[in-house]
Amino acid sequence: MKSYMLPEFNVYRDLERCVSCQVCVNQCTYMVHYYDEEEDLVKSREENCVGCLRCAMLCPTKALKIVPNPTSYRENHHWTRESISAIKVQAESGGVILTGMGCDKPQYTYWDRIVLNASQVTNPSIDPLREPMEIRTFLGKKPKELSIEAGSGRYSLTTELSPQLKLEMPIMFTAISYGAVSFNVHESLAMAASESGTYFNTGEGGLDRRLYRYGDHAIVQVASGRFGVDPSYLEVGAAVEIKIGQGAKPGIGGHLPGEKVSREISRTRMIPKGTDALSPAPQHDIYSIEDLSQLIYAIKEATGYAKPVSVKIAAVHNSAAIASGIVRAGADIIALDGIRGSTGAAPKIIRDNVGIPIELALASVDQRLRDEGIRNEASLVVAGGVRNSADVVKAIALGADAVYIGTAALIAIGCTVCQKCYMGRCPWGIATTDPWISKRVNPLIASKRLSNLLRAWSLEIKEMMGGMGINSIESLRGNREMLRGVGLTDKELSILGVRHAGE
Amino acid sequence: MTSLQNPYREDKVHEACGLLGIIDTSKARFSAYEPIRAMENMHDRGNGLGAGFAVYGLYPEHRDEYALHVMYLDGQAKDRVEKHIEKHVEVNHAEEIPTDDKVRVVNPPVMWRYFVTPKRGLSEETGEDEYIREMVMRINMATGKAFVFSSGKDMGVFKGVGYPEELADYFMLSEYRGYLWLGHTRFPTNTPGWWGGAHPFSILDWSVVHNGELSSYGANRRYLEMFGYRCTMQTDTEVMAYAFDLLVRRQGLPLDVAAKILAPPLWIEIDRMPSEERKVHTALRQCYGGLLMNGPFTIIVAHHGEMIGLTDRLKLRPLSAAVKGGRVYMASEEAAIRVLCRDPDRVWRPKGGEPVVGRVKALEVVREMIL
Repeated sequence: MKSYMLPEFNVYRDLERCVSCQVCVNQCTYMVHYYDEEEDLVKSREENCVGCLRCAMLCPTKALKIVPNPTSYRENHHWTRESISAIKVQAESGGVILTGMGCDKPQYTYWDRIVLNASQVTNPSIDPLREPMEIRTFLGKKPKELSIEAGSGRYSLTTELSPQLKLEMPIMFTAISYGAVSFNVHESLAMAASESGTYFNTGEGGLDRRLYRYGDHAIVQVASGRFGVDPSYLEVGAAVEIKIGQGAKPGIGGHLPGEKVSREISRTRMIPKGTDALSPAPQHDIYSIEDLSQLIYAIKEATGYAKPVSVKIAAVHNSAAIASGIVRAGADIIALDGIRGSTGAAPKIIRDNVGIPIELALASVDQRLRDEGIRNEASLVVAGGVRNSADVVKAIALGADAVYIGTAALIAIGCTVCQKCYMGRCPWGIATTDPWISKRVNPLIASKRLSNLLRAWSLEIKEMMGGMGINSIESLRGNREMLRGVGLTDKELSILGVRHAGE
Repeated sequence: MTSLQNPYREDKVHEACGLLGIIDTSKARFSAYEPIRAMENMHDRGNGLGAGFAVYGLYPEHRDEYALHVMYLDGQAKDRVEKHIEKHVEVNHAEEIPTDDKVRVVNPPVMWRYFVTPKRGLSEETGEDEYIREMVMRINMATGKAFVFSSGKDMGVFKGVGYPEELADYFMLSEYRGYLWLGHTRFPTNTPGWWGGAHPFSILDWSVVHNGELSSYGANRRYLEMFGYRCTMQTDTEVMAYAFDLLVRRQGLPLDVAAKILAPPLWIEIDRMPSEERKVHTALRQCYGGLLMNGPFTIIVAHHGEMIGLTDRLKLRPLSAAVKGGRVYMASEEAAIRVLCRDPDRVWRPKGGEPVVGRVKALEVVREMIL
């Protein structure tokens, strides 16, 4: 069948600059560039280009420009290029359109409609270069009150606290499975989390034995497929997370194609080499909140009540009620993943249309748990498109204890959000298990980039807190007085629980 | 008085003011002369938009009854609130709070006091204190025109818009005696003062005077809301009174531990502590982070038999303390103390976050190492 698709990108090669060194040929895993021996020229097959920019960034002479194809359909606000192209693709393939990474639609970013407060005159701002700023955070169930005994001039604690995760900054690496990304990426995340005093999340693909030494900084995930879940896996992690849903694809399961299941991945996931790893949408032993409770306590039993148990859900219409149920089911941490949540592969139609923005879900969950007097029973971690430290600060002021970052972490390693993770040929060596391409991520360098990112955001968080006259993150948490909405409707403001700017 | 109080309907009012606390540790009652004199000395710390006093050992003849001081901004609210009061408590005595009408103050509301005891049977489930606290919260939220600004036993708050010496005259404080006095003069900067927004803030027998501004107000308020406290006084200080009521009265924590929750040691200090101490401080911050008070503040908090002075961890507002015989003094400035006692046995300026506690029959200066 003749394809009616136009190339998405045009590749412009400046022949004055190009020295035919073939770096681009070697770097492009989609075979866009090739060397024409007869003409002694490097040429391009534009229809293959995904716009990952690997070639342009690595070209020694900066001879390449990758530009979105300006040739387009007649302008139409309803029948956009995206919608016409999608129909053509489906008319040619008869299949579900897949995509990688998070939703790219403009309507869901509330962070940009919320602004932060700063001190002027009556309460002084605090200079983080001169004064200590504290952003240490603990995740886990907290009692409503402590019992303290006085004896021989000193106090001692008689309340026993549930296990807590100690974070030196309120940012963790979200669930990214080994298989969706290469071993080197997993190792980079583990190293950076350990070095920075925070946590990485194994995702649903288990934890390679080589990374067990980072177990103190690992949150091990138990998902529907139970890949890689055995006693040693539960034992080695600092916390266990039960994954119910994912922001990019609420209600949808996962699928790692058999060709990606190499020997190492087969060993880690505990499935035969070369077989498809299918994670069903539901966990087949969880059909109700009571079932979830049973799993939570089964995991607590299995780990001797020594580790917090987290439950991750996608942000959906009734997140608040679900979150309340999850707390009552015994979870120590709730992870909420919004519609901007990312993924290695999802049906595009699901990614762009199912779920709700994390800002609204977070505000309503935090308020509901407070209304029910159970907010202290579980920590709240939010995920789904957190782009910068201001998003983190706004999330905490709305009520989160901490955030998970995924896309931002991968971008730090090199990802350019070309949204083709599902193809398994990521030219940046990230969303791939191909041993040759994976080598493009050097764990030492990548973990340094990740640690740098966390450090930079921490410094910025401290600057913003100092500007508010706050020197401890506890005083920012749920402090919606520090937020104002700009250009939001009354309804949106009421759900967010913030007033409009100027009020 | 109209909504003179706060026409902008802001949730909180910012301030930087003059504070005083005097306790006689032998519980001997003394007249208002000294507190008024000390507050006069700090006249310039206020701007006439709010001042007040709290007096303990005030109503010995009604020692076992809750003394509700209520301000009414209109008559309808009074009818409604009195019906509510009569439904829930026995009113043993009620009277208008005596004032000297010759003293010119701006728009004074009508103020009454009621000496009440909870009705038998009604308060059994929660206990009397909790029963009264809930009733106060309900009244303060009900009309927006009536506020219970004092609700303890054998104590009372007198406050309003004006300078402290004016209000002392207005309330004829020279008629009263007590063993513990708090005083406050206010410098609200962002909004006009209103009668309910003056200090001290009080719930049951807790009273708080405050100089500063709480950047953490939003977090503190939302934490307290989980425990049934409703902030209706439009000033950030209100959360302090509720925090002490929650931590000390309801949860039974020692006062100095409560102080460590409001102004905890830094993590770098906690990390260096011996293990048991570290465990206590870590747990306090983990559980009570929502009550950590951030921003500049000095507070003097009192309840029966005890008075505590505390500044924020960075000490962004001033506090002086002094001891003379059986008296403990705390004030925003030493001059206010020296005007009462020229040669104190000891006078000092506590470190940031270091609580100073004056207790009846025992004086303790609580330092970091005790915890």
